[in-house]
Amino acid sequence: MIQKLFFYASPQNFYPLAGKLWPVFACLATVLTVWGLWLGMFVAPTDFQQGEGYRIIFVHVPASWMSMVIYLAMAFWALLGLTFNTRLSGMMTKALAPTGAICAFLSLWTGALWGKPMWGTWWVWDARLTSELILFFLYLGHIALTNAIDDPRRADKAGGILALVGALNVPVIYFSVKWWNTLHQGASVSLTKGSSMAQVMLEAMLIMGVAFWMYAAAMALYRVRSIIVVRERHAQWVAELPEVKAQMMKNASGGTKA
Amino acid sequence: MIWNSWNDFWAMGGYGLYVWGSFGVTALCVALEIVWVKNARAQALTQIAHELVAETNSKEWS
Repeated sequence: MIQKLFFYASPQNFYPLAGKLWPVFACLATVLTVWGLWLGMFVAPTDFQQGEGYRIIFVHVPASWMSMVIYLAMAFWALLGLTFNTRLSGMMTKALAPTGAICAFLSLWTGALWGKPMWGTWWVWDARLTSELILFFLYLGHIALTNAIDDPRRADKAGGILALVGALNVPVIYFSVKWWNTLHQGASVSLTKGSSMAQVMLEAMLIMGVAFWMYAAAMALYRVRSIIVVRERHAQWVAELPEVKAQMMKNASGGTKA
Repeated sequence: MIWNSWNDFWAMGGYGLYVWGSFGVTALCVALEIVWVKNARAQALTQIAHELVAETNSKEWS
């Protein structure tokens, strides 16, 4: 098992694995989204307090969950990279960041569109909203920092430290509704107390949550393949990839014409 | 099915702007990200192929 993990820690071995896995995650994401949206938009009943406006929950909660989960995943890869000095870790951290940034943005955007009709305001500087905004900036900071450093290994180190330190913000977001008096409501789903929602609403939300998870996995795996080939471009195995050879043929034929 | 008509569905009980504003932008972000990662991959492959062709050419000449 451990040996297998180390085997796939090498970019050369991870590249084909990621190539096999991303279509599986993409298919799962598609099927689960269709199922979750069907349940959420056509089966789940009207909420007695919020009318139909509550349906924003089916994108807001999954996006918010994934914004936190992806950051923790980045911190996990960063920790691996900084302790074992594996090359793949930095590439995975980098591949996850854009999807995480999009999830954090969607969390804020859908939250504003939900806040306006229910609270009467697009935005308040309360603990939950502010810490989520900080998370969004941490993602942007990570992308900017790793892109600004030319040497990829040094970029990985700097990005890894930012990912690790920034991860402290994730529990702050999660517990902010408990620690402070916020306009944002408390958790609708809790591990200890169960759920305060109707069964179908909860099911739809959880299915959408898993769908977002699968989507994020597909995106990160797809993106990491592009990062791997560029960073390992001087290795023989990259030159022998069929997709690289095909592209070389195309370039060569285009080149003679020009 | 809980809706009486498609009009009802799109109106979302008066919350249409907020609900569809949320779902619409989410769908847009997903679509943009997919286009974006596909472009990045195509670009990466073109760049590598370009360098490899240049390398083999320079070897042939030397």
